[in-house]
Amino acid sequence: MHILDIQNIRKSFGDNEVLKDISLTVDRGEVVSIIGPSGSGKSTLLRCATLLETMDSGTLRYMDEDVAFMDENDKLVYTKDLKKVRGYFGLVFQNFNLFPHYSVLKNVMDAPVHVQKRKPREVKEEALALLETMGLADRADAYPCQLSGGQKQRVSIVRALTMNPEILFFDEPTSALDPELTGEVLKVIKQLAEQSMTMVIVTHEMAFAHSISDRVIFMDGGVIVEQGTPQELFEGTKKDRTRQFLQNYKR
Amino acid sequence: MTLEVMLKTMGIGMLRTGGIFCLTLLGSLPLGMIVALLRKSRIKPVQWVIKIYISIMRGTPLMLQLLVWYFGPYYLFDLPIKGWRYPAIILGFVLNYAAYFAEIYRGGIESMSVGQYEAAQVLGYTKTQTFMKIILPQVIKTILPSVTNEVITLVKDTSLAFTLAYQEVFSLAKQISASQTSFIPFVVAGIFYYVANYAVAFVMERIEKALDYYQ
Repeated sequence: MHILDIQNIRKSFGDNEVLKDISLTVDRGEVVSIIGPSGSGKSTLLRCATLLETMDSGTLRYMDEDVAFMDENDKLVYTKDLKKVRGYFGLVFQNFNLFPHYSVLKNVMDAPVHVQKRKPREVKEEALALLETMGLADRADAYPCQLSGGQKQRVSIVRALTMNPEILFFDEPTSALDPELTGEVLKVIKQLAEQSMTMVIVTHEMAFAHSISDRVIFMDGGVIVEQGTPQELFEGTKKDRTRQFLQNYKR
Repeated sequence: MTLEVMLKTMGIGMLRTGGIFCLTLLGSLPLGMIVALLRKSRIKPVQWVIKIYISIMRGTPLMLQLLVWYFGPYYLFDLPIKGWRYPAIILGFVLNYAAYFAEIYRGGIESMSVGQYEAAQVLGYTKTQTFMKIILPQVIKTILPSVTNEVITLVKDTSLAFTLAYQEVFSLAKQISASQTSFIPFVVAGIFYYVANYAVAFVMERIEKALDYYQ
């Protein structure tokens, strides 16, 4: 069973085809990094997978359940039960998108309690434990405006985790942070990888992608140009376009 | 007329002014939200109707609107005018203020970042939950200063009810001043409006402070 199974998805904004026939599967415990220049479609791919964008065609499956598929008339249909599907994944945004009027603990607890209808006491226990492992135990009562960028991002990771997702997506989780704060967030993601959390990470941190990933995907111009283990992609690069991109990054 | 009698008479007027003020807020604050949401409706004709309504409410004097609400049913549909004065006043005020509040709400709602909606969607909140729990509380904080302005304007605008010969503070001040050839009623009325607005500003400031715990 694949946790995530995307086949042949296409997505255009007007005349601009952003995703051109992309397929991607992710299995349990796998950590997949997606790298590529801006405008390559990697964020759009993530947004399609997390239902923030509707794709134009293709299929999307979570846990072997159809989420979006082509019907007999070759028209794309989405399943009715999107709420259930949303329970399968979590998304960590580049800009955190914490709820500013909620304390850290409420940010983390509110959806499990009011969306998943779980017992507040049980959720609170889990939330506090997670905050603790993320080094945020003393910030539970703080408000987002009182946190540093790195703390905000760690809270938003806890918020996603408390929903107990099968897979966690990261959309450039450190791009909005000061360079000296990226370390603490990357450390937390690494921690999750060690606990075999299934993750798909869109990132510009090449060294991080190299060290954490089971598989690295290089995207450009709306297609997957090359993919493989970090060693294959970074050291045994096959495609010129990939090499060119990686060279620019080394500078 | 002794000062005591004068103050007593004007005191009744103050209560009436307070009545217009409270009923107008009670009606227009929620109605404004409905109007603001309808304005963003997907059904085009609904949008047009709301736009025209807001445009007329803002584009014509409230004083004229009150006259239309009061005399309109009588002249246009031959309806009895007796007992219609107070309903016409409240209707005129509520519909006028709802239009202004709607625009304030709309500005507040539109100032919310897309990210808040997206975060809520990914977490599985329903549309209603997203609006009530995530968006609305933030909108209220954002628009509070503009609402304060509008409420203060309303305190003063209640005096327009004199157009329909309703005996609130302003009407009474004018009448008593004329009949007693005295300047005092104007002073009393002035102090009343000022103190009322001072109270409004005080209360709103407290609410703003109470919401200061986040940015």
